[in-house]
Amino acid sequence: MVSLIVNGARREIDAPTDEPLAYVLRNRLGLPGTKVACGLEQCGACLVTVDGECRYACTLPVGECADRSVTTVEGLGGDGLHPVQRALLDFNAAQCGYCLSGILVRAAALFDADPAPSSAQIREALASQLCRCGAQPRVLRALESLARQADNPERRP
Amino acid sequence: MSGLPGALARHPDLDQWLAVDAADTVTVATGKVEIGQGITTALALIAAHELGLDPRRVRVRTAHTGVTPNEFITAGSMSVEDSGGALRQACAHARRLILARAAERLGTDAAELTIDDGRITAPGLNASTTLWEVQGGRPFEHAIETRVVEQPPAPPPARQPRLDLPAKIAGEGVFVQDMTWPDMLHARVVRPPTWAHRLDVLDEPAVPDGQDLRLLRDGSFLAVTGADEYAVVRHAERIAAACRWRQVADLDGVPLGTESQAFPVRDGIPSKEPVPDLDFEPDLAACYTRPHLMHASLAPSAAAAVWTGQALTLWSHSQGVELLKRTLAEALDVDRRAITVIHHQGAGAYGHNGADDAALDAALCALEHPDRPVLLKYTRQQEHRWEPYGPAMRVDMAAALDDAGRIRRWSHEVWSYTHAGRPIPRQPGSQLAGAWLREDAIDPPPAEPRLGPEVGIHRNAWPIYALPEPRVIKRFVAPGPLRTSSLRSLGAHGNVFAIESFMDELAALAGKSPVAFRLDHLDDPRARAVLEAVDDLCGGVTGPRGVALARYKNQQTWAAVVAEVEVDEARADVRVPKLWIAADAGRVVDPDGLINQLEGGAVQAASWTLKERVRFDSQDIDSEDWDSYPVLRFDEVPEIVTRLVDRPDQPSLGAGEATQGPAAAAIANAVFAACGVRVRDMPLDAEALRRAAAA
Repeated sequence: MVSLIVNGARREIDAPTDEPLAYVLRNRLGLPGTKVACGLEQCGACLVTVDGECRYACTLPVGECADRSVTTVEGLGGDGLHPVQRALLDFNAAQCGYCLSGILVRAAALFDADPAPSSAQIREALASQLCRCGAQPRVLRALESLARQADNPERRP
Repeated sequence: MSGLPGALARHPDLDQWLAVDAADTVTVATGKVEIGQGITTALALIAAHELGLDPRRVRVRTAHTGVTPNEFITAGSMSVEDSGGALRQACAHARRLILARAAERLGTDAAELTIDDGRITAPGLNASTTLWEVQGGRPFEHAIETRVVEQPPAPPPARQPRLDLPAKIAGEGVFVQDMTWPDMLHARVVRPPTWAHRLDVLDEPAVPDGQDLRLLRDGSFLAVTGADEYAVVRHAERIAAACRWRQVADLDGVPLGTESQAFPVRDGIPSKEPVPDLDFEPDLAACYTRPHLMHASLAPSAAAAVWTGQALTLWSHSQGVELLKRTLAEALDVDRRAITVIHHQGAGAYGHNGADDAALDAALCALEHPDRPVLLKYTRQQEHRWEPYGPAMRVDMAAALDDAGRIRRWSHEVWSYTHAGRPIPRQPGSQLAGAWLREDAIDPPPAEPRLGPEVGIHRNAWPIYALPEPRVIKRFVAPGPLRTSSLRSLGAHGNVFAIESFMDELAALAGKSPVAFRLDHLDDPRARAVLEAVDDLCGGVTGPRGVALARYKNQQTWAAVVAEVEVDEARADVRVPKLWIAADAGRVVDPDGLINQLEGGAVQAASWTLKERVRFDSQDIDSEDWDSYPVLRFDEVPEIVTRLVDRPDQPSLGAGEATQGPAAAAIANAVFAACGVRVRDMPLDAEALRRAAAA
């Protein structure tokens, strides 16, 4: 048995400790947002955060996550949407959308740390996330717009 | 017949296209599929406009054999033209029928009635009714035989929200890879390293204690099934490690530029006439190449299947479920009436990837496990090694100029392997890879040249320019070294790269600017307009910028692209910080969706052009993952600015492949403008740049 916290809820899982977290999330916890698209830590579609740190769930043994806090795309915004999710929606920033979960997790981690990152910081943060449809310019526009809003003192709460 | 658009003539039953649901919504059907191009949103907009509805009220049901209209395949940028045209006309019929009934109910003249988000009324009339009161849950029972008047075009919405996006943003399980049933089995295949390898020896490793796993072994076709996905993955890895493969053929093929079946092309159509000699002394001759390229969909292909003992149902992200159904029937020797194929989204597809192969493999597993749904997925390496690639191309260009610097003679010879490897029923053999591997193997059919207008190798080989008697030759080469088929834009990427690079070279020879030289040779006013639009949009093709232009298939969207590059000459590294696009796709249905397709195509083409090449030798394929087949990344993609030239009075034209060729050539032309090096071989990587600089 492995006990961990997933999107804020404690979960007990009866899985081999070497089973990658992505399979646990998808098959044992009913959370299909985390994708397995390469299994090689190359494309980033499986990205989740573990104690706030971005990790590749396609290779991360669930045993290493014991008593740690995992956030998946489904849990990014709590009950609603995270601002990065809303930004991508507002800009229709996708084509097929298969890469989105990982991009959203990476972008949320970036914006949670700094609500107004520079364009260069956004590009650098997302450099490890692959998109094959060519939706990157839209994703960047959406996130740059979000960063500008946060940077505007009048919009700050 | 009556000139009905798309598949309407074959599917005249209005109820097959459209149903007014019991309340609030309307469901429309298409034989096309969503592959990330946003077609469901575009079709919803078309239906909503015709029926007077908010697009969010329109549900779109995609290809499902035996249920939706048979529109064969989602390919060639035809969906808005074909399915959109058919659906628009079907909805126009529905509107007439609905308004006639509403007029009866309201005691007024149908011509007076208007529909506003489903509410039907007339000016000055106190009463009203709704689409649902009149037609909700009722079939139309109407055969479409004549063309009726459609609603006049209205200004399209600035940014129509993509209807499929909220679920994807929230991480819902909308893809075929996410399908699940309580008693589902997972499946993985164990594949030979390439199409040219077969199983030599396998001592089956033991199944670990307590695990319920089965190996399906049929010749070189190997598949593991079991209820626990990770246990299946592990066991497939164990089996793969135990397999010894033997090579049954070399990965050599006939080199491009040596021998071919040659066909002269006129107005985009090849003929079996004798090939004319090159009968002029060229002022300039140049050879352009592109390597084999991958679709490399972000997710490896997958399919789900269930076999009841009598009926086989498949869920597939294939682009052609009707064709797949019939080829599956042939490969499985199952009556096709017993097979249903339902489209279910996968990751973006850009042509014929591994989707169809996965469907056969899932079916083979399902036949072994009656009444158990089976979800089969490939690994990254299997997808990279086994998908049918976009074939390598070689284009030999030659031209002569007159004294005024205008093109006097023109020659274009394009060499390539087949771009047509899709599963097509009633061919000898099978295009489904699993069939090649079974004990009773069905080999692929030999590749044959296609002689239709603007297909495959000669797509966009015919120049857009007004040139005296262009000599255009299609050179079909077979066999190739690798499995090849349709990749987004097919031959247009290589042909437009060659034509538009060569136009720049000729412009330099004639001492003209790239834009002026092109305009000198363009009669087509819509081509001139997009070229002038992109020139205006970017503020002039000067400095490290290059321009290129094409009309996709010479019959669809016009697109002109300007690229700006940064060349690090010491590192022989090209970056593309900015692209400008101008496009004329006729009447615009969904401008944001159209821009998304044009831009996505340009980014993908930039990736092909700058980075991509399937690496292989006679023994093996070396491109098996994202490290060995790098693609453009977020920190490398250009900013893009796009301008649409809307033509509300003209038919809508397919645009999904329109920027592939122009983006490629614009980048090569910009590299020349930036550093004076003409790179004629894709990809424009350090190796190609250094080779070109040394030449």
